[in-house]
Amino acid sequence: MDAGDAAWVMISAALVLFMTPGLALFYGGMDRTKNVLNMLMMNFWCLLTIPILWAVIGYSLAGANGDDFDKKYIGSLDFAFLKGLGISGEDGGATLITLVFLAMFAVITPALISGAVADRMKFSAWAIFAPVWMLLVFAPVFKWIYGGWLGSRGSLDFAGGTAIHVNAGIAALAVVLVLGKRKGWPTEGHPPHNMPMVMLGTGILWFGWFGFNAGSALAANGTAIQAFLNTFLAAAAGGLAWGVVEKLRDGHFTNLGAASGIVVGLVAITPGAGFVSGMSPIYIGLIAGVVCAFAVGLKNKAGYDDALDVVGVHFVGGLVGSLLIGFFSSPDYFGSDVKAGLFEGGGLSLLGEQALANGATIIYSFVVTTLIALALKATIGLRVDEETEVGGLDLAEHAETAYHGTN
Amino acid sequence: MKLITAVIKPFKLDDVKGVLKDAGIQGLTVSEVQGFGRQSGHTEVYRGTEYTIDFVPKVKFEVLVDDADVDRIIEVIVAAARTDKIGDGKVWVTDVDQIVRIRTGELGTDAI
Repeated sequence: MDAGDAAWVMISAALVLFMTPGLALFYGGMDRTKNVLNMLMMNFWCLLTIPILWAVIGYSLAGANGDDFDKKYIGSLDFAFLKGLGISGEDGGATLITLVFLAMFAVITPALISGAVADRMKFSAWAIFAPVWMLLVFAPVFKWIYGGWLGSRGSLDFAGGTAIHVNAGIAALAVVLVLGKRKGWPTEGHPPHNMPMVMLGTGILWFGWFGFNAGSALAANGTAIQAFLNTFLAAAAGGLAWGVVEKLRDGHFTNLGAASGIVVGLVAITPGAGFVSGMSPIYIGLIAGVVCAFAVGLKNKAGYDDALDVVGVHFVGGLVGSLLIGFFSSPDYFGSDVKAGLFEGGGLSLLGEQALANGATIIYSFVVTTLIALALKATIGLRVDEETEVGGLDLAEHAETAYHGTN
Repeated sequence: MKLITAVIKPFKLDDVKGVLKDAGIQGLTVSEVQGFGRQSGHTEVYRGTEYTIDFVPKVKFEVLVDDADVDRIIEVIVAAARTDKIGDGKVWVTDVDQIVRIRTGELGTDAI
């Protein structure tokens, strides 16, 4: 492996690792004082368990190894327990750095779901849900999108718009439908307890997302540079668009609106980061920012309690971004193996493939996630008791308190 | 001996503290409190959803005075805390039976 490529992918992997604590702060600030530590630990739990599970079997099942690239639906068991993987072969470690880079994605994908289940899910249930979901949902969908039956048809997903954001977003909906609403929702408000924490988390996510998207080139090349620029521009456009919508609709330009829009811009550019150029990332960010500023209101109308808007931000943002590749993808820059979008003279073919890839992901993820949630509900139970919910999960589930009034 | 208690707008605390020092007051106790009066609460909007915050943050302070000083002290507090807008707060006075300065054991007005 070229030294420059190796250096960039290692740095990118570290950047993506940092996104999970960033996400924890983003969610934790939006949560209430009595549940913030539970939120942080749901995210850190993914950092504790998924890396080991990835090494044991996840990487192999996800078919992320080059030898499994052409598998259609699921990887293999050939690389379980890191069998045969090392730096002594001719790739000089390229396989290992790819393995660790993708492990970061396997960590943050289930972590995304934590925002939806805030304030009421038993930690023991989450502790089983997150790793099981990674194996049963993330790993196969990853294979379908990258080299499997959906990817080989020509659908595009540069850094995980479908495989990560649509996948986790629809799973979040499935879990909250089984889990039920929080006590008092929606009549009793659950406003954010610490907006500065949300803004800090947003900054960390934006910073880490350069690794997420530009690192997904798996090389220090022109595509990585384009993805880097696209990530930068789409985030700014998304934050601006969401904030302006709130200013016009509700009267004020809010911190939470700007932060949510930045994340939506990042989510939306993820699938197309290495396939669009020029002004396209700005258009994608603006469109996603406006759409999602309205999409987060759906839960109130439809009556599902997606506490911190994982559906409105990650599912809708990822879906919008993924479908927009069908319009903006430009093979002039990214090679003839990339289909052109509608605006780049490619017709509707790519848009159709994007719709199919997302549709298949949505159905599979929703169904399997529902089954996992139902199984947990029937066995150890998904939900804390009412006393814990009212008193807060921090004390009851972790015997800790985030903020002591004195001392 | 009287206890003067006042609930005022938080940003007026420094002004009130200043005039009380000028008026010869040796000490007071301050707490951050929440409540509602005619001003009631306010609304906040997060991701398009409105939340009503029923309680308004205020500052409460308590100061012990000799009977002879009560009217003068109330007057300077009211003058310093007034903005003429809703939510300026209230001042009230209660009787105090006994005061003890813990360090010296002094009693009554000597302990003020």
